[in-house]
Amino acid sequence: MFGKLSFAAIPFENPIIMGAVGGSILLAVVILSLITYYRKWTTLWKEWLTSLDHKRIGIMYIILAMVMLLRGFSDAILMRSQQALAAGMAHGYLPPGHFDQIFSAHGTIMIVFMAMPFLVGLMNIVVPQQIGARDVAFPFLNSVSLWLTAAGALLVMISLGVGEFSRAGWSGYAPLVERQYSPGTGVDYWIWAFQIAGAGSLITGINFLVTILRMRAPGMTLMRMPLFSWTTLFTNVLMIFAFPVLTVALTLLTLDRYLGMHFFTNALGGNIMMYVNLFWIWGHPEVYIVILPAFGVFSEVVATFSGKRLFGYRSLVYATAAIMVLSFSVWVHHFFTMGAGPDVNIFFSITTMLIAIPTGVKIFNWLFTMYRGRIRFATPMYWTLGFLFTFTVGGMAGVLLSVPPADYVLHNSLFLVAHFHTMLIPGSLFGFFAGYYYWFPKAFGFPLNEKWGKGAFWCWMIGFYLAFAPLYVLGFMGMPRRMEHYANPAWQPYLVIAAVGTAVILIGIIFQMIQLAVSIKHRHAVRDLTGDPWDGRTLEWATSSPPAVYNFAKTPVVHDIDAFADMKEKGIAYSPPDQYHDIHMPKNTATGLIIGAMAAVFGFAMVWYIWWLAILGAFILLLTVIARASDDGTDYIVPAAEIERIEKRRYRQLTAAAANRPADGPAMRQSLAEM
Amino acid sequence: MLLFDPKGPIGDGERFVILAAFVLMLIVVIPVFVMIFWFSLKYRASNSKAIYMPKWSRSGKIEFAMWLVPFAIITALGFLTWNETHHLDPYRPINSGVKPISIEVVSLDWKWLFIYPDYDVAVVNQVVFPIKVPLSFRITSDTVLTSFFIPQLGSQIYAMAGKQSRLHLMADESGIYAGHNQQFSGRGYADMHFKAIATSREKFEAWVQKTRQSADKLDPERYEELGKPSVGYPVMYFSSVTPGLFDHIIRKYLPIGMNSAAMRKDDSGSTRVKPTTLERR
Amino acid sequence: MTIDASTIDTFARKEIEHPDTVANHAFGFWLYLMTDLVLFAAIFAAFAVLSHNYAGGPTGKELFDLPYTFGETMFLLFSSAAYGLAVLAMYKGKKNSVLTWLGVTFLLGLGFISMEVNEFYHMILSGNGPQRSGFLSAFFTLVGTHGAHVTFGLIWMVTMMGQVVIKGLTVPVQSRLMRLSMFWHFLDIVWIGVFTIVYLMGST
Repeated sequence: MFGKLSFAAIPFENPIIMGAVGGSILLAVVILSLITYYRKWTTLWKEWLTSLDHKRIGIMYIILAMVMLLRGFSDAILMRSQQALAAGMAHGYLPPGHFDQIFSAHGTIMIVFMAMPFLVGLMNIVVPQQIGARDVAFPFLNSVSLWLTAAGALLVMISLGVGEFSRAGWSGYAPLVERQYSPGTGVDYWIWAFQIAGAGSLITGINFLVTILRMRAPGMTLMRMPLFSWTTLFTNVLMIFAFPVLTVALTLLTLDRYLGMHFFTNALGGNIMMYVNLFWIWGHPEVYIVILPAFGVFSEVVATFSGKRLFGYRSLVYATAAIMVLSFSVWVHHFFTMGAGPDVNIFFSITTMLIAIPTGVKIFNWLFTMYRGRIRFATPMYWTLGFLFTFTVGGMAGVLLSVPPADYVLHNSLFLVAHFHTMLIPGSLFGFFAGYYYWFPKAFGFPLNEKWGKGAFWCWMIGFYLAFAPLYVLGFMGMPRRMEHYANPAWQPYLVIAAVGTAVILIGIIFQMIQLAVSIKHRHAVRDLTGDPWDGRTLEWATSSPPAVYNFAKTPVVHDIDAFADMKEKGIAYSPPDQYHDIHMPKNTATGLIIGAMAAVFGFAMVWYIWWLAILGAFILLLTVIARASDDGTDYIVPAAEIERIEKRRYRQLTAAAANRPADGPAMRQSLAEM
Repeated sequence: MLLFDPKGPIGDGERFVILAAFVLMLIVVIPVFVMIFWFSLKYRASNSKAIYMPKWSRSGKIEFAMWLVPFAIITALGFLTWNETHHLDPYRPINSGVKPISIEVVSLDWKWLFIYPDYDVAVVNQVVFPIKVPLSFRITSDTVLTSFFIPQLGSQIYAMAGKQSRLHLMADESGIYAGHNQQFSGRGYADMHFKAIATSREKFEAWVQKTRQSADKLDPERYEELGKPSVGYPVMYFSSVTPGLFDHIIRKYLPIGMNSAAMRKDDSGSTRVKPTTLERR
Repeated sequence: MTIDASTIDTFARKEIEHPDTVANHAFGFWLYLMTDLVLFAAIFAAFAVLSHNYAGGPTGKELFDLPYTFGETMFLLFSSAAYGLAVLAMYKGKKNSVLTWLGVTFLLGLGFISMEVNEFYHMILSGNGPQRSGFLSAFFTLVGTHGAHVTFGLIWMVTMMGQVVIKGLTVPVQSRLMRLSMFWHFLDIVWIGVFTIVYLMGST
């Protein structure tokens, strides 16, 4: 009836896990109680959970990312503290089985359930506005993507308290992940969470590609599109080419585990090298999926906060395109030590090094954007500068690793771990944070507190160096990764410093939470009525903050790069249209949520071998899809009168804002005066 | 730092590669660091003396340089890569005029088995060899993917079931070097280390003789017992080894099977099937 | 591609305001098909890697029945032709003709699937199921993935026949029929690949 599931699946004997589970349940209860107390269930349901508004979906994605950041970071704290203690005869407090689950969960969560939702969230909020569109091409599928990702995250969270998570690493190499060597539920949770979230990402890729290629405002040729939209375009190309390969890798593994097939088994004709190849053919483009949007954010931030046009726009576009293409040609560098032979290794080494060239070009372009600019050091700019310096260091480590003989001694060492965290944290995560600070006022109508933001930045920056510089050294000292304890006491001092670094980052995260609370508390005092708090250059700053559901009452016409800056200069940034028209918007629907829920049910049932439940979940999912596919009444009309009312209110706010901030946006006041 | 204190020619070569690549990259990286600080400082908004050119966004010369200089450095690195990757290929025997010693390595859960086919002895979790003699390793796994690594001597390489990888190392100095598995393989992974002892020729021969006195023999039953999962296995010595044990271990996982062409090609009359190998020229 | 927009309904009115919607749907679906192509490419690659991993078990030559596979292929190819006729009828607005040809397509597709299930059944019964060797795992998965796609297409086809009956040949219904058409022909092309690489090449 319940497959393999029984109460024995709950790890009552593990106090740490029970503490985490208890804490999570408590937190969930608190949140649910607060929602009930403030009578927000209807709002939550109608305005958020069933919304197809890309801006709302984007915000929900980012909330998911931040929650999972906390979970993944808790794993980091556990690992660092364990390693700081477990030198020589001491074995720390985490037994191997638990430690192995922690590093596997940490990687899986941070890449799949933190970085991906964060970047997709930013893309969702920003891109339709940046290209002058009213929504993405497929708003319903957008919702489906969100809820599929959430379903995967839910499975990972459930695995904490019911059963266990994979112990085979986030990359899950065969044959360790095969049933023979990993008989428990762990790898199955990993497979289904990954697979379901992957489906969500694939759909997002298709969605944004169609959006960007077909829904740009008139006059916005591709070469007038903002850089963040360009990087989104390239990221989505990567997604649609890479994710199907992951689907295949995971599916073949699923067939091995569930039906006893022999794709990646040691015996009976399996090929373990094939798993590694398939995984990394996805895996390498994936890390570019995770970094390119951050590069896009930095492009926007550097231009805006230098008060200057982005230097080398064409170069930046071509460089990013080169990175996109090359990222498919480097995957073997993840396993130079598999013995492919010098010629194969050299080929992939050269392609890997080649990627450093366009990446370097981008860094130079950002620097020359700052050159002869007028740099305002708001928080997003802090993150950008932190990125520029640190990412370059990490990039050096990467080019070093790309030379096979160097890799032969550094592969799978802590040097590697330090390298890729330097790419992911100061690279991707700082970019996402910069985006979060930069576009927060657009999404919510008030900015985040600068003081706490800068404090958080310094904690992250200092904490990062403390946490990872020792790891570079440890790599040279011969320490491998994923060590739950180690014999060499000489490694311990470095690991202690790393643990201290993690603590400093924790303070940074706490600052960010305080920042959010403080900003919300004081939101009325600092409310931005202009929609353009930074004197932005691109179209998303032309809408109100938060924007109306339809973004633009009248689709703007674009004449140049930095369309909004151009409009402000010409004094036409805020001219109201002669006439308002009805606008079609997608109706809210719970269908996406149901699909996500059924995917989670299906995944859970498959993990525990509850076949009837899996079939039921899949069947309901199918029926839901068919029902939606037969529904032709999925839109509603926002009447012109309603739009006029909303827009007129906006212009009143703009006039009030212009009066209050005479030094700001002279162009804005001028165009308002002309109205 | 072990990697900067290599004790053999392979490790030596790899240290050179790391340092050379690092220095080459500094050519680009140092100007970047300088520009980050200099531009931030000089062009901060409060510095009204600095020139402000909000529309300046193109410069053919700068763009040319920013593509060319990294390209030149990568070209140089490319040459370095070509040369050193061939030179330091793990499959490439070390030319030193001395006859190499063959050592067969099998990774198990969670220990290492070393077989000396020419000496008919075997050891678990310890490998002994003379200095200044090339070591020719044949490596496989009778469990999951692992990575055989003696950091102070040089390259690591994966050990895979059903396949044979090759590695060539040499120690220039006597010493006891740490060796371990560098590819996570399960709960005993952290304890999967061994000692690599480089010593004089005489001491090595003496060690071989001593090992031949061991009561323990590595026959199929003993090997099967050895294969059972265990963590923190003590060093064990075996005075004799079933001939062809290493090839047998590989053969267990052959993907092609008894009907295959690989077997038909071997007309020597023996039932030995050639193990799938990553052997190259 | 001409979709008959003369059936004026609310969607068609929206269609005039948003002439891109149908085109966007078609483009998006085409992109999805390209991702499906990558998916199949990866499975083909896995098949190629494992194509000689018989593990002492049977080879393709010993298992495949080429005339039988040819029969399957004919079912699928003719089903594609039938769908083409359905689309032509759709352009002419002939609702009953559309239903008929969709029905023919469905039956031919069902014939293909039945033959494939039969083939799998007999192989598994004789101990040559996907658990036997890497080669057989890859065979069953590649052919089976294609079969699963076809099955899903059949479910979609039944749904569409229902929609045609209930709603008639409205713009959204026609748009969906075009997408199903793309899907069905795509599966045909993939089958050509399967037939060639798995069956023909595997029998030499």
